[in-house]
Amino acid sequence: MISQSTVLAAAFPPSVEDFYLPSILPWNQHESYWFTKITVLVWVAVAAIIIFFLMSYRKPQLVPTKKQWLAESIYGFVRNNIAVDMIGPQGVRFAPYLTTLFMFILVNNFFGILPLVQISPMSHIAFPAVLAVISYVMFIWVGIKKHGMAYFVHAVKPNAPLGILPLLIPIEIFSNFLVRPFSLAVRLFANMFAGHMLLLVFTLGGFAMINANVFLAPVSVLSWVLTIAITFLEFMVICLQAYVFTVLTASYVQGSLADEH
Amino acid sequence: MINLYLAAAPEEDGHNPIFPIWEEIVVGSVAFAVLCFVLIKFVFPQMEKTFQARVDAIEGGIKRAETAQAEANQLLEQYKTQLAEARTEAARIRDEARADAEGIRQDVLAKAREESDRIIAAGNEQLSAQRESIVRELRSEVGTLAVDLAGKIVGEALADEARTRGTVERFIADLDTTAGRR
Repeated sequence: MISQSTVLAAAFPPSVEDFYLPSILPWNQHESYWFTKITVLVWVAVAAIIIFFLMSYRKPQLVPTKKQWLAESIYGFVRNNIAVDMIGPQGVRFAPYLTTLFMFILVNNFFGILPLVQISPMSHIAFPAVLAVISYVMFIWVGIKKHGMAYFVHAVKPNAPLGILPLLIPIEIFSNFLVRPFSLAVRLFANMFAGHMLLLVFTLGGFAMINANVFLAPVSVLSWVLTIAITFLEFMVICLQAYVFTVLTASYVQGSLADEH
Repeated sequence: MINLYLAAAPEEDGHNPIFPIWEEIVVGSVAFAVLCFVLIKFVFPQMEKTFQARVDAIEGGIKRAETAQAEANQLLEQYKTQLAEARTEAARIRDEARADAEGIRQDVLAKAREESDRIIAAGNEQLSAQRESIVRELRSEVGTLAVDLAGKIVGEALADEARTRGTVERFIADLDTTAGRR
């Protein structure tokens, strides 16, 4: 770990390339992306979530065990506090997907601060983009299923005086159908990217200073202490971003299901 | 070393973080699809079922409790009615007993009064009979005594029975009248 860090320390300030580690299989290849630390982490997250839920819900009981209670709490949280709160009683339909989404983002985000792993797959925009596209397709699909083609009229025509509509309709089209998937994907990606970058700056900065001048050692220590503090901050961001992504998806679905705009 | 090289010349074949890598899109889609499939197909419906079962269990419990409560209330009502009936019954019996006792008392009193009246009457009768006989005896006694006394005083025997009787009769009559006047 230390030797790796000192190697990295040579690369201060950290760059975008620090996010693109060489592939594992084939070993140390830079243009191969099928089997990298990032993709392995995604599979690990998927496996971990599946194993956790299957293990804790293998034999569900009326009076839950501790593990079962935990699994139920996660589902219950998304079901009641996001799906039903945002969408209403019919939100129960969407609770399973929203919970899966929430857990997938949360666990993948968490790799960003997990010791020895410390990079989140979500800091590669491909993964948030996939999720955002699913949310995008989903809310449009739900809208069409509910209102037919009239959904597009619903979605872009606000309840406003006729005179202002020529101005509002393009804005609504732009915000609802063009910006939404990008804002979803970029929000999550940028948070994870920035978090990783911050940790890199403070960790590598410490090494850079101590390498430059031994008398800067106290500042280096301060820098590393701050790394720990930022890790806690990151933990908050991780949970918050998983929550925000899920809530926004639920909110878009709710907008598509609403009778009145 | 590589990092150093990349940091020195990042623009050569550098990555743009805002452009997704298509291999990662594929991996992400497949991984997320697998996750969705397993969780949505096997786990969450199970959870909903458990939630429903729990709701049923609780509601069933509530219903059972309500039935039991109603039953208990009905029983209580029944007991209360029975108790009230028993109370009225007891009161009735008590009243009857009181009435009976009163009747018996009255009977006994009446009997006692009758008995005493009878005893008094008998006593009176006896008394008056005695008095009658005493008076009769006294009368003859007084007559004899008076005649004896008079004979002794006068010193001669009043031979003539008839006169004597007449005198005595008159005397006693006088006595009677004086006694009657007094």
